[in-house]
Amino acid sequence: MVLQSIWFFLWGLLWAVFFMTDGFDFGIGTLYPILGKTEEDKRMMINAKGPLWDGNQVWLITAGGVTFAAFPLVYSVMFSSLYTALMLILFALIIRGVSFEFRGKIDDPRWRKIWDTTIFLGSFLPALLFGVAFANIFQGLPIDRNGLLQGNLLTLLNPYGLLGGVLFVALFTMHGALWLCIRTEGSLQARAAATARKIWPVELGLAVVFLVASWFATSLYGNYLAYPALFLVILAAVAGLLGIRIFLAKEAYVKAWFSSAATIVGATFFGVVGLFPNLFPSTLRDTYSLTAFNASSSPLTLKIMLIVVLLFLPAVIAYQIWAYTKFSDKVTLTDLLDDHAY
Amino acid sequence: MDVLLLSRLQFAATTMFHFLFVPLTLGLSVLVAWMETRYVRTGDETYLRMTKFWGKLFLINFAVGVVTGITLEFQFGTNWSRYSAYVGDIFGSLLAIEATIAFFLESTFIGVWVFGWKKLSKKAHARVAWLVALGSNFSAVWILVANAWMQNPVGFTMRDGRAELVDFAQVVFQKFAIVKFIHTVSAAYVLAAFVVMGVSAYHLLKKQHIEFFTKSFRTGLGFGLIFSLVVFILGDLNGVVVAEKQPTKLAAMESLWETTTRAPVVLFTWPDPENERNAIEIGTIPGLLSFLVKHDVNAEIPGLKDFPKEDRPPVLIVSYAFKGMVGLGVMFILLTGIGWFRRNKLLDSQLFLKIMVLAIPLPYLAIQLGWLVTELGRQPWIVYGLMRTSEAVSPIATIQVFTTLFGFILLYGLLGASGFYLIVKNAKKGPKEEERGDTTDIAAAEAVA
Ligand code: HDD
Ligand code: HEM
Ligand code: HEM
Repeated sequence: MVLQSIWFFLWGLLWAVFFMTDGFDFGIGTLYPILGKTEEDKRMMINAKGPLWDGNQVWLITAGGVTFAAFPLVYSVMFSSLYTALMLILFALIIRGVSFEFRGKIDDPRWRKIWDTTIFLGSFLPALLFGVAFANIFQGLPIDRNGLLQGNLLTLLNPYGLLGGVLFVALFTMHGALWLCIRTEGSLQARAAATARKIWPVELGLAVVFLVASWFATSLYGNYLAYPALFLVILAAVAGLLGIRIFLAKEAYVKAWFSSAATIVGATFFGVVGLFPNLFPSTLRDTYSLTAFNASSSPLTLKIMLIVVLLFLPAVIAYQIWAYTKFSDKVTLTDLLDDHAY
Repeated sequence: MDVLLLSRLQFAATTMFHFLFVPLTLGLSVLVAWMETRYVRTGDETYLRMTKFWGKLFLINFAVGVVTGITLEFQFGTNWSRYSAYVGDIFGSLLAIEATIAFFLESTFIGVWVFGWKKLSKKAHARVAWLVALGSNFSAVWILVANAWMQNPVGFTMRDGRAELVDFAQVVFQKFAIVKFIHTVSAAYVLAAFVVMGVSAYHLLKKQHIEFFTKSFRTGLGFGLIFSLVVFILGDLNGVVVAEKQPTKLAAMESLWETTTRAPVVLFTWPDPENERNAIEIGTIPGLLSFLVKHDVNAEIPGLKDFPKEDRPPVLIVSYAFKGMVGLGVMFILLTGIGWFRRNKLLDSQLFLKIMVLAIPLPYLAIQLGWLVTELGRQPWIVYGLMRTSEAVSPIATIQVFTTLFGFILLYGLLGASGFYLIVKNAKKGPKEEERGDTTDIAAAEAVA
């Protein structure tokens, strides 16, 4: 029970860290057609996340791997029943990943145009689809006794699912705009800051609507009502949101970015805490739901994995923080001249 | 077409495509790190230019390797969900460990390496290159342990209708895994060496950047010679473990129908599965197979007829893929051997250089053939002796898999074409004449601004 509960929260944590880190990459890609006016702007934007996006993406791979390792039944039921949505995300991530590397390698505007489009699509689509997928998980899906989804891609595109999608896009574009404020200067930075200020009321509005809609569309609040202390999670997310506005006004962009990170982690944990112990709730019948207790690996596997994670994840976090601090200064024109830069 | 066939095609297409890029990543990461270390140790600028030139090819290749890998990480759940539920306790943890230990290392430090030229000291930068190489090669450890477990499941017990882990060390340290790891990674090093030698030979033939490409060629040559030998030796050991654990695969590799003592190696065969015999057999060497896999010319080797028809792998492809791989392996030793004797008069060896350019695709071919032997030879089992491939597939609609298979073929076709185009283009362009120092860089930056 304890092991399974620990893994449940580690599972949530991995997804939260993935959204917190790769989220700003998705955001920058989504803002790319809007803020990338000149070739130089565009390269600044790509190189602002250049050193970090690949390491960020591994949080997704680890979250996927850990789902497989700790909750194999969830991995198998969730990924096969969300087949089409997940494949769309994969296609998007594939084109995003090569875009950065390919784009600058041929000096031809038509060539670059192709990869400009894929950078946008490859960032916007996953942001949206992850939101849709997670909102649907929060809400539960018509999963039958055999773990089959009674429905299709359109089942996922219900109002609450779509709301989740739009919310994620807002969270991530804010996150990306703030990262640009940190790593760029001049007109690009000014425009990024202006965009962040414009997104903020939208983000706030969506967050409020989402919290209210969750009351009606999901049973997430059950755990909160049983243990009111849990409302602190929601409070943290809201405090993050307010922090963004305050620090934006003061042009304290690093602090604003951390506030946005808190919002994203808070939003993810809002769902994760509410779900516990459900990992993939079924709307057809409670007993069909996959939970931390009925879908987990054997205690031995959970123990070994816990040891691995406790040994290696702190190291990963340490060297990723080191990499972040190395690459939180302004991107300069000299950086763009390097032969290996994007 | 049913879901099973489509899923198999999709898995085969996506893994084989992934493994077009993986070996160059594995090998070139080590070579580039070695070049950079040489630069730091000797201060020789040529090594710096080598690091940058080969590094660039590495990065393009790496990008495609990474994105195609993500597909595979999720495909076990999307397409092989019954398999995932059945073996997740063991197989899933290996994949998760791979991500935690290897992918983070590789992907975090690749970013630092690319963008850290001015931010890190020379020494630290070279160390980062080694961390990337280490990360790549660690990832191979874990994924191959996982694959070895599918070939020969150990360290588990059946409980509640699934395989549960009982002995982790046995899973990780089984002979199959160790042999497979060394064989596959050495094969990747051979491939990288042939790419480096082939590209260098191209430029040497054109008499351009002679010092640069002579050095590069020799670096590749030493690496290639050593690992061609390692691949060969480990290939033999691979055969020994297969003989011990997967008798149906061994029989298919050699298209051996009857159980025989003093089992021969037949140089050319045309298997005829309908009539359970070989239509043609030319060049029989009695006792060689028994000797190779059991180290005893008189040992008995079970033939395919000993096993029910539904337990036999497809003989024709497996046996031809195997012979192709081994033939190529022998050829690589010859080529690198000749190269070794000509290493000081490369420019006078026009014919040899031409052959080395043409040889670039061969290790790619050998590696794909190797995987075909391994994976097709395991059929009809997904986990050898335990679970059939037909029981493993996800209960999803045919149209879903059909659509994504079509999508993958289209997308990967475009990706592969662009990726290889960029690699070839940059390889042909050759290194920058003179790497600009910091001061000129800043002047140039100001000129741009
Ligand atoms: C022998 C080595 C080997 C084999 C058999 C495989 N891979 Fe691979 N994989 C690598 C060696 C590798 C690598 C060298 O580490 C890559 C290739 C290019 C790269 O950048 O990293 C990689 C990348 C890579 C990535 C992206 C990692 C990142 O972002 O850094 C994932 C998720 C996978 N692989 C997953 C898989 C799965 C699920 C496989 C099995 C079906 C598989 N790979 C076969
Ligand atoms: C990267 C190198 C690899 C290549 C080129 C490769 C190739 C193939 C091929 C050709 C098939 C199709 C066989 C068939 O269905 O007829 C296959 C199937 C499969 N392989 Fe591999 N494989 C590789 C690595 C792996 C690894 C590392 C694993 C597991 C860790 C793996 C697991 C599977 C599974 C689950 C299937 C599908 C079920 C099946 O058809 O047996 N493969 N692979
Ligand atoms: C020279 C003699 C060689 C022998 C005797 C040999 C033997 C083998 C055997 C028996 C297997 C099947 C192992 C299994 O099913 O688990 C195998 C697989 C494989 N071979 Fe070879 N091989 C040779 C050369 C090569 C060469 C030159 C390459 C590529 C450069 C190569 C690449 C591979 C790969 C990638 C695999 C699949 C991974 C694995 O199962 O280890 N081999 N080899």
